[in-house]
Amino acid sequence: MKPKIAAQSGTFESSDVIFLIEPLPDNSGRKLEISSTVMQQFGANFNRIVLEMLDQYEMTDIHLIAKDKGALEPTIKARLETAIKRSLDEQEGTLK
Amino acid sequence: MKRNYKKRRSMLYIPGNNPAMIQQGGVYGADSILLDLEDAVALNQKDAARILVRNMVNVIDFYDAEVCVRVNHLSTPFGLADLEAIVPLQPSAIRYPKTESAEEVAELLNIIEKIEDRHGLSHTKMTLHAMIETAMGVQNVFDIASKFDRVDAITIGGQDLTADMNIVYTPDGAGIDFARKRIVMAAKASHIDVIDTVFPDVNDEEGLRRETEYAKKIGFTGKAVINPRQIEIIHDVFTPTEEEIRKAYRIVKEFRANSAAGIGVFAIDGKMIDAPIVTRAEYILRLANVTVG
Repeated sequence: MKPKIAAQSGTFESSDVIFLIEPLPDNSGRKLEISSTVMQQFGANFNRIVLEMLDQYEMTDIHLIAKDKGALEPTIKARLETAIKRSLDEQEGTLK
Repeated sequence: MKRNYKKRRSMLYIPGNNPAMIQQGGVYGADSILLDLEDAVALNQKDAARILVRNMVNVIDFYDAEVCVRVNHLSTPFGLADLEAIVPLQPSAIRYPKTESAEEVAELLNIIEKIEDRHGLSHTKMTLHAMIETAMGVQNVFDIASKFDRVDAITIGGQDLTADMNIVYTPDGAGIDFARKRIVMAAKASHIDVIDTVFPDVNDEEGLRRETEYAKKIGFTGKAVINPRQIEIIHDVFTPTEEEIRKAYRIVKEFRANSAAGIGVFAIDGKMIDAPIVTRAEYILRLANVTVG
């Protein structure tokens, strides 16, 4: 699947992460820009979580920007799931 | 008859879309944590909060606190999605806002139990807290409190209630005093906990203490908290005095000794001690974290 629309989730607050997703032209693959205040200690784990979730949702042709302020794994996963569903225009039970 | 009294002196509201506050929710020592998907979440962030709370509720260590989730009302576009996400995780309780009738609770429980059936879950673990926040809810509160085993606490939402009544909230609580007492009486008649509304001015500690003492005096068993700073004062008011604890300890100890000897009713200092007095004594000891050795 590829994103239908540009979407974002999360905040710049401490212990949170903000994800921005936008569609790329067909066959562009994935372009990831990840920055984190805890990159040195937890960067590998953050990258793993992002890649696993993108695989899980079979996301391609995607430009993803992540700015992390030390979010825990359940927060990273929640924010990315929210951003992906919003980018697929599949979010439920919310006002847009 | 229900007798579901728990240790719920304080119930700390935590906005459901704030990961830092959720992570730290357990460290303040509140008896109950309320992860809020309703009023504390912007209408265009309901999906984000729901997914965040779903991911956090069983992962974060809230220590000994009871963990509740306040969902949105089923009449909104968010309520059913909240239940579908949260019920399978079985927090201690679901808190339902603006409860107005027993029929509404029956409909809610029907949906909850269908979700539980789909996930192979029992209908007995998770309880329901009904929030009374409208004049209609106040009118019907006894049915709401008494008809369902799963409703084990009711709460009053003072801000929404005053809005529904078209009156202004005043520090003396005059406008909601009738509602407070009616809700307390419904809870007492149903033998369940009853939690007072929040005190909105976090800088007015004297006002908080005064209002909490009044709430305790008229029968509330705890109070909602919007800032961790308020917990200490509320616990101080609701925690039993040393004299009450000593008396309760003696009652429970003698009850156990008499029960072991096959005696059901006995006397202490010339006063008859029976089951309701023992239940009350056990509740006091639970509040005080005292174990009878």
